Amino acid sequence: MDKLKIGTCWLDGCSGCHMSLLDIDEGIVAVLNKADIVFGPLVDAQEWPDGVDVALIEGAVSNQDDLKLAQTARAHSKVVVALGDCAVTGNVPSLRNGIPVRKLLERVYVEGATVRPGVPTDGVPTLLKQAEPLHSAIEVDVYVPGCPPKPNSILLVLNELLEGREPDVGSKLRFG
Amino acid sequence: MTEKVKIRIDGEVIAASAGQTILEVARANNKYIPALCYMEGLSAVGACRLCMVEVSGVGRLLPACTTPVQEGLAVATSSPQLQSYRKITLELLLVERNHVCAVCVSSGHCELQALAQDHGVTHVRYPYNYPRLTVDTTHPRYVLDHNRCVLCSRCVRTCAEIEGAHVWDIAGRGIRSRLVSELQRPWGEATTCTSCGKCVQACPTGAMAEKGWGVEEMTKKRAAVSRLTSMREGQ
Repeated sequence: MDKLKIGTCWLDGCSGCHMSLLDIDEGIVAVLNKADIVFGPLVDAQEWPDGVDVALIEGAVSNQDDLKLAQTARAHSKVVVALGDCAVTGNVPSLRNGIPVRKLLERVYVEGATVRPGVPTDGVPTLLKQAEPLHSAIEVDVYVPGCPPKPNSILLVLNELLEGREPDVGSKLRFG
Repeated sequence: MTEKVKIRIDGEVIAASAGQTILEVARANNKYIPALCYMEGLSAVGACRLCMVEVSGVGRLLPACTTPVQEGLAVATSSPQLQSYRKITLELLLVERNHVCAVCVSSGHCELQALAQDHGVTHVRYPYNYPRLTVDTTHPRYVLDHNRCVLCSRCVRTCAEIEGAHVWDIAGRGIRSRLVSELQRPWGEATTCTSCGKCVQACPTGAMAEKGWGVEEMTKKRAAVSRLTSMREGQ
């Protein structure tokens, strides 16, 4: 049997959920016996490949690049997991949501700058009006709250999904 | 002597005293009914709507915390419909303001967070409101963060009924309702506040906290506040 494929990506988050994924320690061996990690910050691939079985998505959807990557991941993956509070609730990135984007950028890059004040436009994706949870942009199949989710929770979810079962996270996980 | 009545909770016959509420009888008999605005030792106001129960013969749901028991009352506490409504209520509480557990002093000790977990709220199905709210840091020892307030009014009742100072009130209506100290005066300038901190201890979330604590560090002594009332009852 061909190995399954796992893709991961990191939208507007701090990479803490990916750190927690690495923290499954030797659990990674069992995971990699069943699946390969084919995309994400931990591997070199440049394009989200076809036929991904499990997509782990960290971070809120905050800018045009986040939105595009989330949509690509959704289109080419069987199961999409919202990994961590930013993907599940918007969390810290959503703290900006009460402030209009223009005002926010001016406050940081003009009023807050001591050298070369000016809102950057080259090579940076356009911010969306608000940082939203993943399920406001694409359909999500599994929610794993936590900031970050505990390594054991991630391992449990991965093992269940790789066995073709729906993980029952129910009351095991909390926000924060 | 108080009149004794018999009621049924989820089919089980339970002896109660007339004048007790459904929630009091349920708690005394280890029957679980969730609640957020209810706190032992304070008057009940039925604000959070988490304790809604089905009472046979009544065509609508009733709040367990404000409904007195009477002979023959039959209560259902955990039908699938109630479970679904509780989940919706919790989700609506979470979208109304900015409850960001990851940066909250009360994370891990928060009643809203714990209720969400207990009820399997792994995500929220409604759009978040993201209101712009203030944080009152004017008091030398305590802080009030409106982002985390659920308007349960425990602080209002604690201050009015136990401390007797009545610093707090809820101003405004509906989605614009806000907790206010002394007719909108900043907390630090409230002349009636005795700085006793019982409101802080009674608060179920991180809306009120002692200054100086970091994320997850603020634990509260809610039982100590409730105990004041029970000790006074003996006098």
